[in-house]
Amino acid sequence: MKRIVGLLAALLMVAAAPAQAQTELTFYYPIAVGGPLTKVIDGYARDFEKENPGIKVNPVYAGNYDDARIRALAALKAGQSAPLSVLYSIDIYELIEQDVIVAWDDVATSAEDKAWLKAFYPALMMNGTYKGKVYGIPFQRSTIVLYWNKDAFKAAGLDPEKPPANWNEMTQMAAKLVQKDAAGNVTRWGVMVPSTGYPYWMFQAFARQNGQDLMNRDGNRTNYAHPDVIGALDYWVSLGRKHKVMPEGTIEWGTLRQAFTEGKTAMMWHTTGNLTAVKTTAKFPFGVAMLPASKQRGSPTGGGNFYLFKKTTPAERKAALAFVKWLTAPERAADWSMATGYVATRADAYETLKLKAYAKEFPQAVVARDQFQYATPELSTFQTGRVRKALDDAIQAALTGQKTPAAALKAAQAEAERLLKPYR
Amino acid sequence: MKHVYGWLLLTPAAILLIGFTHYPAAATLLDSFFSTGTAVRPSRFVGLDNYAALAEDPVFWQVLGNNFWFALGTIPTAIAIAIVMAIWVNDRLPARALVRMAYFTPTVLPMIAVANLWLYFYTPQIGLLDKLGALLFDAPSHNWLGDPDLVLPATMVMVVWKEAGFFMIFYLAALQSLPPELEEAAKIEGASRWYYFRRVTFPLLMPTTLFVLVNATINSFKLVDHLFILTKGGPDNASSLLLYYIYQVAFSFFDTTYAATLTVVLLVLLAALAIVQFLLIERRVHYR
Repeated sequence: MKRIVGLLAALLMVAAAPAQAQTELTFYYPIAVGGPLTKVIDGYARDFEKENPGIKVNPVYAGNYDDARIRALAALKAGQSAPLSVLYSIDIYELIEQDVIVAWDDVATSAEDKAWLKAFYPALMMNGTYKGKVYGIPFQRSTIVLYWNKDAFKAAGLDPEKPPANWNEMTQMAAKLVQKDAAGNVTRWGVMVPSTGYPYWMFQAFARQNGQDLMNRDGNRTNYAHPDVIGALDYWVSLGRKHKVMPEGTIEWGTLRQAFTEGKTAMMWHTTGNLTAVKTTAKFPFGVAMLPASKQRGSPTGGGNFYLFKKTTPAERKAALAFVKWLTAPERAADWSMATGYVATRADAYETLKLKAYAKEFPQAVVARDQFQYATPELSTFQTGRVRKALDDAIQAALTGQKTPAAALKAAQAEAERLLKPYR
Repeated sequence: MKHVYGWLLLTPAAILLIGFTHYPAAATLLDSFFSTGTAVRPSRFVGLDNYAALAEDPVFWQVLGNNFWFALGTIPTAIAIAIVMAIWVNDRLPARALVRMAYFTPTVLPMIAVANLWLYFYTPQIGLLDKLGALLFDAPSHNWLGDPDLVLPATMVMVVWKEAGFFMIFYLAALQSLPPELEEAAKIEGASRWYYFRRVTFPLLMPTTLFVLVNATINSFKLVDHLFILTKGGPDNASSLLLYYIYQVAFSFFDTTYAATLTVVLLVLLAALAIVQFLLIERRVHYR
């Protein structure tokens, strides 16, 4: 018996010895779109380990964006090592205020590293930069696009290759696309814009199209009550209340994709992150277009960035940098974009052979990239949870008819003012 | 010496109770008198400021009201359905075990799974509810979870469905312990079934009802898992409950001390309810 124990102990020591020489890299990441993405991420980790034998990567799936942030921060507080995490791009101010992250500039010091920091689309860096330093490396990034059902367009007598270019066209086309049964009940709506989960995000698109951004670049002022912002919410509400081309009340983010693929709505606004899932489930030809314009086109960016935590050893920082650089290289960025529908984060990824071939056969994949020139950063301020929720509540109150858009947005602006004053 | 032995026996339970119940409760109370600290502005003593903010927080009052309606809507319904189901499956009927199991099934499912199921029941147009309504009654589509007037009742129906089977088990056990002579005597006396239930069965079930009532009340404040899947508290907080709001304040707003303040309110509320239930209702409970 003793001998067996001794043998086991020896074995354990042998097993433990190389593990000590390795740098372990645990990172949390969220998933907010459909598809078997944990497998994809695990696959990347294994591939990276093969090429970098000194580093062991443990990807930990951590639910949605809120869950991931909570888990990462809880792990930090509990003293566990999670040197790296994919968290919401808009958590940046919160993470800075809690003093838990470091800027990538402090780690990426070589000339090559600096070039790497500059390789991403500027639109995607806006949510990751604070006072000139890069804190968030774009990874699973998305933007809102318009999906349309070409069969429904054809059946309604519309040109199936021509999506609406502006708000007026969208309203008129949607009116033609509404389908009713004999009893007068709607069987297919014209357009749906989701208003649970991330209502502020959809609203940013409306506001931007109407010429307004909802916050300033320092994250300490909001612009919820501008007349054009109120006008944007008026338009959103009117789609349901006045034009009857969208269901009244709020529309569930999570089930909207099914509503579209089941043909219950002819158009939807949704994240590009759902593109691959729609492609595999839709039984009809569908198109993807930039969102329609009012005064201009516009869509916020969204999604998750890589953050580097402060409580890390130099070895961990080095390993984290190596891994993130590897994961965001053009080839991988292209691969990730094809697996998910998320945008490839850098221009040279779209120059890779596989993404070029993919875009040729499936042109929907590059719409998000083309829309970047009209992009605006996702709503993010200090006290971001509360400031955002004030807007979410206002939007939902207006959509459900409990408040007028003007009253709802003015109340939200007053609340945001109160919260942000100490940060000026 | 005897004392020492007694205390030693109590120690493991006491450590767990103090470590995981009493100490956190006391720490929560203490936290509620401080401001939330950040790296820039450290936490400081603010007295009752958090409570003053709470009194002026419209969302707090809304979720408290929601919770009141939620409790009122779910508890009596779940108890009534549980009693009816228990009496029904206590009788001799074909495939009794199967029926009992069927009633109990929702209890076994995790709340998250239940919410995911019901999310698709409630989805407009493609959901089960709307499809059935359209098929049977030509009913128009309802936006069950997107309408502030419908969303709270919709979640209540789901919770009743989930809870009633669990309470049924307790009633079933209680019914089986009732002496059969009572029913025979009532039959000889010519009492109707309803009269027998009202004057004999129901009073004898009172201890079970008290137990179930306490559990149901606690659950109506404790069960918020479904909100994460179904509505996230929306639209405009119409379906949010107190505990879910606490979660939002603590983990989405990172305002830990305000969350502590809300938690103190929840604790006081539950303690008060427990005292009322045990002191007032216990007097009317018949023990054999």
